[in-house]
Amino acid sequence: MSRTRTRTRIRVAGAAALAGATLLALSGCGKADMTKQGSPFQAAGGQRSVTLSVQTWVGAQANVAVAKYLLEHELKYHVDTVQVDEIPAWDALSQGRVDAILEDWGHPDQEQRYVKDKKTITAGGGNGVTGHIGWWVPKYWADKHPDVTDWKNLNKYADQLRTSESGSKGQLMDGSPSYVTNDKALVKNLKLDYEVVFAGSEAAQITQIQQFAKQQKPFLTYWYEPQWLFNQVPMVEVKLPEYSDACAEKGKKDPDSIDCAYPTTPLQKFFNTEFAKGGSDAAAFLKNFHWTKENQNEVSEMIASKGMSADEAGKAWVEKHPEVWKKWLPKK
Amino acid sequence: MTAATTTASTAAAPARQSALQAALQSRGLRKILVLAVAAAVLVPLAHAKWSSGTWPSDLTVDLNGPLGRTSDWIIDNRDSHPLFVYFLGHLSNAVVISVRAVYQLLLLLGWTGVTAGVTLVAWRVAGVRIAATALVSFAVSGVLDMWLPTMQTLALMIVAVVASVVVGALLGLAGGLSERLFKILRPVLDTMQVLPAFAYLLPVVLVFGIGVPAALLATVVYAAPPMARLTALGLRGADPGVLEAVTSLGATGRQRLLTARLPLARKELLLGLNQTIMMALSMAVIASMIGAAGLGDRVYQALASVDVGAALAAAVPIVLLAIVMDRTTAAAGERMGADAAPRGPKLLRGWYAWAGVAVLTVLATVAGRLAGSTIWPSGWTVAIARPVNDFKEWMVDHLYSGVPVVGGTADWAAHFTSWVLDPLRDGLTALPWWGALLIVAALAWLIGTWRTALTATLALAAIGVLGVWKPSMNTLSQVLAALAVTLVLGFGIGILAAGSKRLEAILRPVLDVMQTMPQFVYLIPVVALFAVGRAPAAAAAVVYALPAVIRITTQGLRQVDPGAMESARSLGATRWQTLRQVQLPLARPALLLAVNQGVVLVLAVVIIGGLVGGGALGYDVVTGLAKGDLALGLVAGVAIVCLGLMLDRVTQPTQRRTTGKGA
Repeated sequence: MSRTRTRTRIRVAGAAALAGATLLALSGCGKADMTKQGSPFQAAGGQRSVTLSVQTWVGAQANVAVAKYLLEHELKYHVDTVQVDEIPAWDALSQGRVDAILEDWGHPDQEQRYVKDKKTITAGGGNGVTGHIGWWVPKYWADKHPDVTDWKNLNKYADQLRTSESGSKGQLMDGSPSYVTNDKALVKNLKLDYEVVFAGSEAAQITQIQQFAKQQKPFLTYWYEPQWLFNQVPMVEVKLPEYSDACAEKGKKDPDSIDCAYPTTPLQKFFNTEFAKGGSDAAAFLKNFHWTKENQNEVSEMIASKGMSADEAGKAWVEKHPEVWKKWLPKK
Repeated sequence: MTAATTTASTAAAPARQSALQAALQSRGLRKILVLAVAAAVLVPLAHAKWSSGTWPSDLTVDLNGPLGRTSDWIIDNRDSHPLFVYFLGHLSNAVVISVRAVYQLLLLLGWTGVTAGVTLVAWRVAGVRIAATALVSFAVSGVLDMWLPTMQTLALMIVAVVASVVVGALLGLAGGLSERLFKILRPVLDTMQVLPAFAYLLPVVLVFGIGVPAALLATVVYAAPPMARLTALGLRGADPGVLEAVTSLGATGRQRLLTARLPLARKELLLGLNQTIMMALSMAVIASMIGAAGLGDRVYQALASVDVGAALAAAVPIVLLAIVMDRTTAAAGERMGADAAPRGPKLLRGWYAWAGVAVLTVLATVAGRLAGSTIWPSGWTVAIARPVNDFKEWMVDHLYSGVPVVGGTADWAAHFTSWVLDPLRDGLTALPWWGALLIVAALAWLIGTWRTALTATLALAAIGVLGVWKPSMNTLSQVLAALAVTLVLGFGIGILAAGSKRLEAILRPVLDVMQTMPQFVYLIPVVALFAVGRAPAAAAAVVYALPAVIRITTQGLRQVDPGAMESARSLGATRWQTLRQVQLPLARPALLLAVNQGVVLVLAVVIIGGLVGGGALGYDVVTGLAKGDLALGLVAGVAIVCLGLMLDRVTQPTQRRTTGKGA
């Protein structure tokens, strides 16, 4: 018995050594560049290809839908899209897994690290759309109670906004964890009788808003512009204490101290540095990509509420608005 | 996961049960006394030092710093450090190359070749009925216009399953041959399986970046454990008599392994393969969050525009793939296990059957090429998204509220939240920390040994040390509530199904779908029905955990010795009496296993709960992934593991069963 056990042990040790040797052999064949790995499903045969990152909100999908259609049909590229959350997308961009982000809502930490320090990402300028985050209530409710649109009167309405999740307080609904939010600090610093309830994903938040609207129930939600849902459920913004640079500066040091509204953000494009400097048609085209909130919402709504696929919506918009996109094409 | 039940080891023999219980009671009394004395000494001490009821901050460790530095280090060194350049980079390349090769092969075969090949293999291995299922399944994924994503997922799955099987078999071989390795391996495998997949998506992404390599490795981590466990189990369970005989014939260790131990374990090996495939497929959707492409990505993207119909169109092929693969490997396992004599005409046996499969596949491929299209013809598709969405709208409109007498789903959800979840959460968070530790220690010790009690208590204490006591108690309250609902429904339906073969047959496909349907698909419907919050999270957990509980219950009740039931009936017992006094007590081990599986599966949905407003730990894990916050996500993930460990020890009375989640 003891002999077999020793033998087993030798055998196990042998297997381990073999595994080690295999790894060594693998590593012996030189350096592997982790920044140069595309998707295995990318088009084969030397076709020019671009990879775009898509974020979960529909506005970002609209940008990509149009860019993808034009890249494929006007510039003859193959386009891959990857759906990722914002911060992982920055990471992917710096590694070259993704060539471009077409809509960023402001990530100063990431910008510092990748654009300024490591220089693996290059800023690509604005995409023409201005983003705005705020608190909103449905129009049908605000029409009945016009004073609800000022934060000072919100406490009066807390009991109308109670749900089983918010307990004895009013419910302020927040969405996906990846979105920029100071709502907890705001509720505390403005002494509001509200509980922040996180829906956990934008899909859940939209579903809930639609459900409230169907029953004409009052609600208060964190939301942002541009957004297609406004076309389905008209909402009115609640005025928060005015945004100021001093307040933002204070908030940078201590996020818990913020007591003013969200800033208005011109949405930015970012490119992988190598892609941006490579001088390709695709890079030139994406740098020129610049449209308006109305343009974006038109595409968003086709995708989100008319049941069209992103590709169909991109095509439909492109066919309707040649005057907008002709300017984006690189000069020959 | 379905096959989990068959490997469950039974507890103490039923005949000894009543005697055991009597002994337990008197010993239980003694245990309680010991604990009471310990509490009397320790609680005043703890109270004097940290008077607060929540976990004292002196006893926590803050991992934000070290974990934050780790993730910074990885990002800064990823492109230059030898570990990445010479090892992980190659690993990543190898994954991309192999997945690409398989994908190209599938595209080369075209839709005719792939469909013919899979159908023929299923026929050869598992018979006509399963072959027909395979044929229909592939046709359906084509009709739903999901052919390319299906091929991408299939390519990823093939490589992931092969890698998982190799890794799992090697680990299992080590564990099966060496007692010491087995002891080291077991807790590692436990952790791999209980750690929510979301928690390790983030570290994997940090190292490999988003994309297929990260997705594949996360899948292997998740899917390899069942293979490892079942391989070890098979090797260790080999009949000693046979081994003795082989040794006496002068076989060397290797010969013994190859000619006796492995062949004897082939049933377990196949079951392991089956479980690995199912686990890998269940990761297909989760992995799409880090860019795995394929069907999972379609489901995930459809969710972003709140389109249940489109999500379902992509989810159906996943379910069908799972069913085909499950049935095929399960049927192969049964045939092998039965040592069946060769059946059917000679033409269908041996190597020429395989040659026939190959030839026919090639013929189908050529035919497809000649007909022109290697991808499913675009004219032969049906768009189901709109009707499905209409149906969902209709359902929600009619069930959400104002249904006469019973009230709407929104009302139920509100009541469930305020009558069950709130008191439970408030109670658990108000419970002083030492009180919680004592309760867990007492429960675990009463049903187990002092060792199980120690593990359970330490697991709970670890949650406090990690500084996530409050969210963990919140999560615990949701898990307990969902578990209670699952068990009530599961035992009820299971008992009915055990009494009626027809009901069981009707239930089977429903349960299959519930088990394999990606959880992301019912994210929107549960919110639409139950409103954002903890109630839809509980609903999602019940949907996911119910099938396993029903199946284990049904099977456990069916396996009760018919003699015992017959004698009860002959003594004039009614059906209800027989059930209560004979069948249920005798099926106790199976029922306990059902409880245990319920715990594990409910915990697996905690994260999905975070996506629909469940908050607490699930939300933290999701946030960690979305914000790239390693500390937040990983700590919450570990807390979920600790909760799982604690609940496992508190619900599992006998010596360790052989397998954990899914295996």
